[in-house]
Amino acid sequence: MTDTTQLDAPPRSQWWDVWDQFKSHKGALLGAIFFFMIILGVLFGPWIWGIDPTFIDIRSRNQGPSLAHPMGTDQLGRDTFARMMAGGRVSLAVGLTAMALALGLGTLVGVLAGYYKKIDGLLMRTTDLFLALPLLPLLLVIIMLFRDKLNAAFGPEGGIFVLMVAAIGATSWMQTARIVRGDVLAIKEREFVLAARSIGTPNRRMITRHILPNVLSPIMVSATLGIANAIITESALSFLGLGFPPDFPTWGRLLFDSVDYLQQYPERVMWPGLAISLTVLSVNYMGDGLRDALDPKIRGR
Amino acid sequence: MFTFTIRRLILTVPTLLFISFVIFMIVKLSPSDPTGNLPLTIPSEVREQIREALGVNKPLMVQYGLWLKQFFWLEPRIYLEQAFGWDMGTAGETRLISYQTRSPVMDLIMQRMPQTLMVVGTAYLVGILIALPIGIISAYKQYSVFDQIGTLVSMIGFSVPPFFSGVLVIVLFSVMIPTDSLFWLPSIYDTTHEVVDWESFKYQFRQMIMPVMVLALQITAQISRFTRASMLDNLNQDYVRTARAKGLKEQSVVLVHVLRNSMIPVVTVIALGIPSIFGGAIITEQVFKVNGLGQLLIIAIQGGDVPTVQTLTFIFAILIVLFNLIADVLYGILDPRIRYD
Amino acid sequence: MTLKTTLLGAAASLAFAPMAMADGHAGERGRDGNVSIIYWQAPSILNPFLSGGTKDIEAASMIIEPLARYNETGALVPWLATEIPTTANGGVSEDLTSITWKITPGITWSDGTAFTSADVKFTADYCMNPDGGCAQVTKFEGVTSVEAIDDLTVKVTFDKPTPFPYGPFVGGESPIIQAAQFANCTGAAASSCSTENFNPIGTGPFKVVEFKPNDVITMEANDNYREEGKPAFASVTFKGGGDATAAGRAVMETGEFDYAWNLQLSPDVIANMEKGGKGTPVAGFGPLVERIMLNQTNPSADLSDEDRSVIRPHPFLGDPAVYQAMSMAIDRPLLVEVGYGKAGKVTCNWVPAPDAFNSTSMTCDQQDIEGAKKMLEDAGWTDSNGNGTRDKDGVELSVLYQTSTNAVRQDFQALIKQWWSEIGIGAELRNIDASVFFGGDAASPDTFQKFYADVEMYANTFNGTDPQSYLANGLCDKAPSPSTQWQGENISRFCNEEYDALHAQLAETAGIEARAEIGKKLNDIIVQNGGMIPLVHRGRLSAHANSLGGVILNVWDSEIWNTADWYRVK
Repeated sequence: MTDTTQLDAPPRSQWWDVWDQFKSHKGALLGAIFFFMIILGVLFGPWIWGIDPTFIDIRSRNQGPSLAHPMGTDQLGRDTFARMMAGGRVSLAVGLTAMALALGLGTLVGVLAGYYKKIDGLLMRTTDLFLALPLLPLLLVIIMLFRDKLNAAFGPEGGIFVLMVAAIGATSWMQTARIVRGDVLAIKEREFVLAARSIGTPNRRMITRHILPNVLSPIMVSATLGIANAIITESALSFLGLGFPPDFPTWGRLLFDSVDYLQQYPERVMWPGLAISLTVLSVNYMGDGLRDALDPKIRGR
Repeated sequence: MFTFTIRRLILTVPTLLFISFVIFMIVKLSPSDPTGNLPLTIPSEVREQIREALGVNKPLMVQYGLWLKQFFWLEPRIYLEQAFGWDMGTAGETRLISYQTRSPVMDLIMQRMPQTLMVVGTAYLVGILIALPIGIISAYKQYSVFDQIGTLVSMIGFSVPPFFSGVLVIVLFSVMIPTDSLFWLPSIYDTTHEVVDWESFKYQFRQMIMPVMVLALQITAQISRFTRASMLDNLNQDYVRTARAKGLKEQSVVLVHVLRNSMIPVVTVIALGIPSIFGGAIITEQVFKVNGLGQLLIIAIQGGDVPTVQTLTFIFAILIVLFNLIADVLYGILDPRIRYD
Repeated sequence: MTLKTTLLGAAASLAFAPMAMADGHAGERGRDGNVSIIYWQAPSILNPFLSGGTKDIEAASMIIEPLARYNETGALVPWLATEIPTTANGGVSEDLTSITWKITPGITWSDGTAFTSADVKFTADYCMNPDGGCAQVTKFEGVTSVEAIDDLTVKVTFDKPTPFPYGPFVGGESPIIQAAQFANCTGAAASSCSTENFNPIGTGPFKVVEFKPNDVITMEANDNYREEGKPAFASVTFKGGGDATAAGRAVMETGEFDYAWNLQLSPDVIANMEKGGKGTPVAGFGPLVERIMLNQTNPSADLSDEDRSVIRPHPFLGDPAVYQAMSMAIDRPLLVEVGYGKAGKVTCNWVPAPDAFNSTSMTCDQQDIEGAKKMLEDAGWTDSNGNGTRDKDGVELSVLYQTSTNAVRQDFQALIKQWWSEIGIGAELRNIDASVFFGGDAASPDTFQKFYADVEMYANTFNGTDPQSYLANGLCDKAPSPSTQWQGENISRFCNEEYDALHAQLAETAGIEARAEIGKKLNDIIVQNGGMIPLVHRGRLSAHANSLGGVILNVWDSEIWNTADWYRVK
């Protein structure tokens, strides 16, 4: 199944090429560094910054940024900096996992539907079905049916995490699937695919070697849009009481809660808004760089 | 292609029937109740009587069958009667009634249609018109200043949800700017406003600016990113080099050859988006009180108004199936090598 | 609310009418142009009998009216009747089984036809029809017959002596609809009459021009309105939808609207809006109380569906030390300050209003963390395993605390969780979408009736000024259970023989002092025996533009009960 035997150098060298190309893409490198810093910040920040994100110090509520509270405090006197870091953990975890799930599912369905004519109809009608389902009642039903079971299996927080990721993933893969399928339909008829087929390339390698690399760019765009989408959807779900407990901060929730205070304390909206935007931007640039790096035509230049 | 279209259209009927059944089951299973929004001072026996009067407690299959009959058989006849003055024997039959308003669901939808199409439809049009040039130029001049700014704006535009951007523009243009200023914009959309002359048109334009812009920002962000990515893929293809070598004008190389081949994902995204125009924009409609189909849907969901949710969602499903079919046909036109049979 | 206050109310209303004429805003009808009202919940229907939602009842109150209303002090005032019937004036029979209303002569419907007792009788028949699903049928509880004695006299007969006979035709929930218009809409046909339900003909100051359900109502002045020179406004725009923040902003900051209803917003936000200078918030207090209900049954998920939240007792909430400590740890003045500001007061009572029913036997405006700790300590609750929560005999003091989704409630949850953790009681928080929480769907585990949690927080109130049926929510047999499809109003499943006996006594007692005495005792029993922890006596906060005069916020009836008296301040 592998073609490494025909190559003189070990396959690792190809990935070094990709990495070299990725490094030369300034935006991508910056994006990656920034993204890494955000991850490090939310993972280890709470250890260094000792304030509990749910601790209420009612006397110091509604404060502006200061040394004690670099991002100020909220209407109950909770430290916004601590909440941003704790919220980032949840938002990033949900955003990345749900995006990955949606992307994986969408790409799988899209490639299969586009490549195999026989199952195209069935898969696309299923996609239509999912697109048509009313999101809110669907989520209410999912949560009603599965929350207690998942809580029993994964513990309260783990259960809700699995539920949120599954719910967001299961309701946002359809666009990727449609887009990937559209591209696959076109690529399938290109000359290089015909050429590959004429030398007897099996379907599986056909998909992984020839089709997938050529639909990478819409997938990357979907990935960037998917993260933003998942973070915002998570906040909407939590707001409706379908997600994490109300005292559990997430970026989307912090943003939502502070909109009412937009006029009095504009900085309070800025922090979560900035965090979400910057994360999405850095993922976008990483996606750009990765796509260029994986494209042999560009890599050669 | 023609036989393909016909075959798909026929296949649409069982698909939609199945979808309608799944929607029905989900809406019925979901734990909202038509008496849920009533004050707690109304005791449970009275709530039970209200449910009984609404027919909520009938067997599920009976309710589904009734909905099918009303939606596919009774309502079309009523609209034919209204349109042509025929008598098709609908007098005395119970129409598809919403639980909350006790009025025909189809009338509610018809009433909401104009403002929804006006605001969400315009936003979509504006979004596409802005997104395509941005996407094309960003791809053609990749990593130029224009591209970088375009990326920044569209990414921030997509990651800032309308519950925030909507309130932000209201604070900027309705609160901070004095009411008598030329730049002041109304924060509450007047759905009873009628355009009869230039003055009323100007007011209509003013009240549409904010909701349309907030919505268009999201749409632009999405479409321009897909256009850019797809254009980039195609700009490096061999046929572009060939076309240039043939001495074709750069303009026609980019705008005719490359653009046409890059349109497949863009057509997909737009085809997925158009049904959502009819679905309304729930949050933006709420923020600006446009009270279109999106607001109708969310109120119906919260109020456990099964007939309204079911009908709205099903119309939405019809549009999705239809526009995805149109997209499939368009693929074949954009790239004649794509064949379905 | 019985005879004495009724008489006072009747007397007050006599003084009230000439006063309104004398305040200098008289003039011709419709002189002040358009008035615009915004409700962030949009009215769906203008027939209160088919809806029951506050927004619908209040919108309809501008169009259709009852025989008598409550005024802003909670006193009964005659509206379409000449006086409030009492035993003193012979309107209520000596044996308390019937009440006779006299209609003011000369009242016409907005279509010009005469308003008669036949319309009143029709309204009763309409609502009492068992197939109609009337939402206000409790207003007609115990009514055996409604007779039209003559054109202007209606007699309502009850099946037993009724000390408080002011249910039917009193208040915004029970207005009179026109018999001629609704004749074909009774029983099962009620739902199909959308034209009638959207455009009821009424006797009120305004009539409907166009009704767009869940969106906007356009009204104009009723030419046949009984009072000369009223209403001052020629037309009304009644917009619905959006959220409370936007409604408040539209009145107080941008000045696009004249009146915004029920602004449940944090005091900081209201204060900032007020700085906009275009409008003023107004507050009024009814009997609405935000409270924490304590589950008297065991909500453990390990129990079967038949037993969960059904079998008694709760593992630890029955211990007086526990629920008293939980209450002592709460800083109520701070809750009021953070959550409601002007629209809230500290209360220790379940029934804080009307004044006569407000018990004064308890105080709770001081937080006492140390006292609470000591109380738990003395009762043997200690943190023996060092996990931060107290325990005794292997039972951990840890509660699941649920409520509906609402910014203020989530702030309260966070605060109270912290205070409880300070005294060694752990809390897991959960918020549930209001449409599910209050939805009553027997299949959902998240309804407030099922109470699959240890404690839950919400607010409740009662209509009118007599709490008898509200106090019935503490009776043993009103507890929700699977056998009643989880219907029932005794949410905490409180059960106390003394309480049940005392409530039976209330139902037979006439005379406001005696009733109030029993009411206060009932209130004390339920609070002191751990049925609930009252937190905040909540008011209704609305806002009107500074240019809108004549607004008198009324929490006992429709909030916008006196739109006929509204005028533009020039």
